[in-house]
Amino acid sequence: MNGDPVVRVRGLRTQFGDHVVHDGLDLDLRRGEILGVVGGSGTGKSVLLRAIVGLEACQGGTIEVLGKQIGTLSGPDRRALEQRWGVMFQDGALFSSLTVRENVEVPLKAVAGLSDAQRQGLAELKISMAGLPWKANGNYPSDLSGGMRKRAGLARALALDPEIVFLDEPTAGLDPIGASAFDKLIVTLRDALNLSVFLVTHDLDTLHACCDRVAVLAERKVLATGTMAQMLQVDHPWVHEYFHGPRARAATDGIPDKD
Amino acid sequence: MTVADAALPDLSVKVVGHRAILSGHLVVWTLGKLSDTPDAAGIDLAGVVRMDTAGAWELARRRAAGGTLTGLSDHHAGLLATVTRALPVPDPAVKAPPWWSRILDGTGRRVAGALAYLGELTEYLGRTLAALGRGLRHLSRFPATSLIHHCQETGLRAVPIVAVMSFLIGVVLAFQGSDQLRQFGAEVFVVDLIAISILRELGILLTAIIVAGRTASALTASIGSMKMRQEIDAMRTLGLDPDLVLVLPRVLALVLMLPILGLVSALTGLLGGAVMSWIELGISPAVFVARLADVSVSHAVVGLIKAPVFALIIGVIGCHAGMRVGQDAESLGRMTSSAVVSAIFAVIIADAAFSVFFAQVGL
Ligand SMILES: Nc1ncnc2c1ncn2[C@@H]1O[C@H](COP(=O)(O)OP(=O)(O)OP(=O)(O)O)[C@@H](O)[C@H]1O
Ligand SMILES: [Mg+2]
Repeated sequence: MNGDPVVRVRGLRTQFGDHVVHDGLDLDLRRGEILGVVGGSGTGKSVLLRAIVGLEACQGGTIEVLGKQIGTLSGPDRRALEQRWGVMFQDGALFSSLTVRENVEVPLKAVAGLSDAQRQGLAELKISMAGLPWKANGNYPSDLSGGMRKRAGLARALALDPEIVFLDEPTAGLDPIGASAFDKLIVTLRDALNLSVFLVTHDLDTLHACCDRVAVLAERKVLATGTMAQMLQVDHPWVHEYFHGPRARAATDGIPDKD
Repeated sequence: MTVADAALPDLSVKVVGHRAILSGHLVVWTLGKLSDTPDAAGIDLAGVVRMDTAGAWELARRRAAGGTLTGLSDHHAGLLATVTRALPVPDPAVKAPPWWSRILDGTGRRVAGALAYLGELTEYLGRTLAALGRGLRHLSRFPATSLIHHCQETGLRAVPIVAVMSFLIGVVLAFQGSDQLRQFGAEVFVVDLIAISILRELGILLTAIIVAGRTASALTASIGSMKMRQEIDAMRTLGLDPDLVLVLPRVLALVLMLPILGLVSALTGLLGGAVMSWIELGISPAVFVARLADVSVSHAVVGLIKAPVFALIIGVIGCHAGMRVGQDAESLGRMTSSAVVSAIFAVIIADAAFSVFFAQVGL
């Protein structure tokens, strides 16, 4: 079951006006893996994520998710596909007029046959799994801290137990304890649900703690993909600097060498 | 739902005596099929090929309610354990107070809130004046460029709408007034009617209302969006004084511009009245001006005295609302509309207070 690609990007080209963000970008996300996507600020990680989930039109190339080509789908097919993935945006993107629990209940409303009590119970479960305390259920997003908003965003992304989750910098702005709890949570959920995770991050600890493979975005394409151990061997100066810089060394310290 | 997918999740529930035998997908989409099975029934899961957290949650709930689970595969048992560990623990519920206490509580809070609001407005007025004092003491820090920019925004840009509105009010007054006064053969008094009502009340009041709608909302939106993005906090940490840099030029621009707009309004209102009197009643401009000279100048003075006070009210309410915006865009929208409503309401109350005051003073 593991191994077949759930997301296949080939020759992707996106641009805003004459600013080309991606050109000839290839990327695979395999079933059951956690793929870390790294790259400098402004290299188009968020744009890539948005293109894959169909929020950003692309000017060339193909994107296949779960065997279906994004951009050629009819309305109902698209909706069915959207229910098989969950997206957590860079700053939560919670609906500000709804409480946290109501936010998580929104995707559950699409499920026929759930009673109100079940919907509420499931939402509360997802919120608790995302590591929020009970009283956050009734809070509005504006009452939460940035890290709590991210957790609520994750709870909403996981509401329908999707096959793929897209996470945009889930641990940015979290305290180290919260961040490593978040890493563990992602790995636990992946193991329990056989999730495929597309994880945009700048956090080297997250890369070490949970990613099976890493894809480096630079120069408008995926420059290198592979395990963390393979990344350490890449020659490209930026990649080398990224994985051998002082922060990278601090993150690798204490982790047994993988090769 | 029409999933165009071969692997549509499906669950079959067979009830045999006290046991329900499940087979297929126990996932969020099929959870509804379990609703007919009583909580305490035994559940056999040997035929379940896929389970998600929603299914595990349902099983955990049933197990807690006394149901027994059999045939659970290792993989699913792991998921069930994960979910059971993550089950939320509700906080102890707080006992709701009786209805009369809630009504009293609500009323009390509203009244206290209204008083606190008045207190805060007074505080903002004080802070604006203090900022003015500081700005005048250290002239180099006085936000002159900003002041001129806001004078243009709130003053110059509002001239067309104020002028057109007042002209039309003058026309309407002349038209309606002449109709009534003609019955008494006192057409010529229409000049007094127009002059007194426009100079004393309508010109400045309607101008203030238009400015409240235009500028109070703009003040709240501009200060509020800075507040929302923590720009105000950043200014404080950089040693910039938001009262001096943001609030003072905006309020001061209003105080300087509203009397001028009031004057524009009075002139165009009189012009509208004169034009209409000429057309309707044949009162020539010369006669109109001559009659106008007989109208006591105190009416114009009364109108203009009110202008800076209205301006202060609008400016302080607008800036205060902007500063109360929270971190979310929704509060920005809410505060903007509430600033406009409060400003217009406060202007009308102040106008009523002025009427009583001037009547007592005999002006
Ligand atoms: N709507 C847009 N219009 C124009 N340019 C855009 C738009 N969205 C993104 N861009 C540009 O695309 C580039 C990539 O942006 P993106 O948000 O994907 O960066 P990122 O890799 O996610 O960076 P960060 O790590 O800071 O989140 C940037 O140069 C940005 O200016
Ligand atoms: Mg980004």
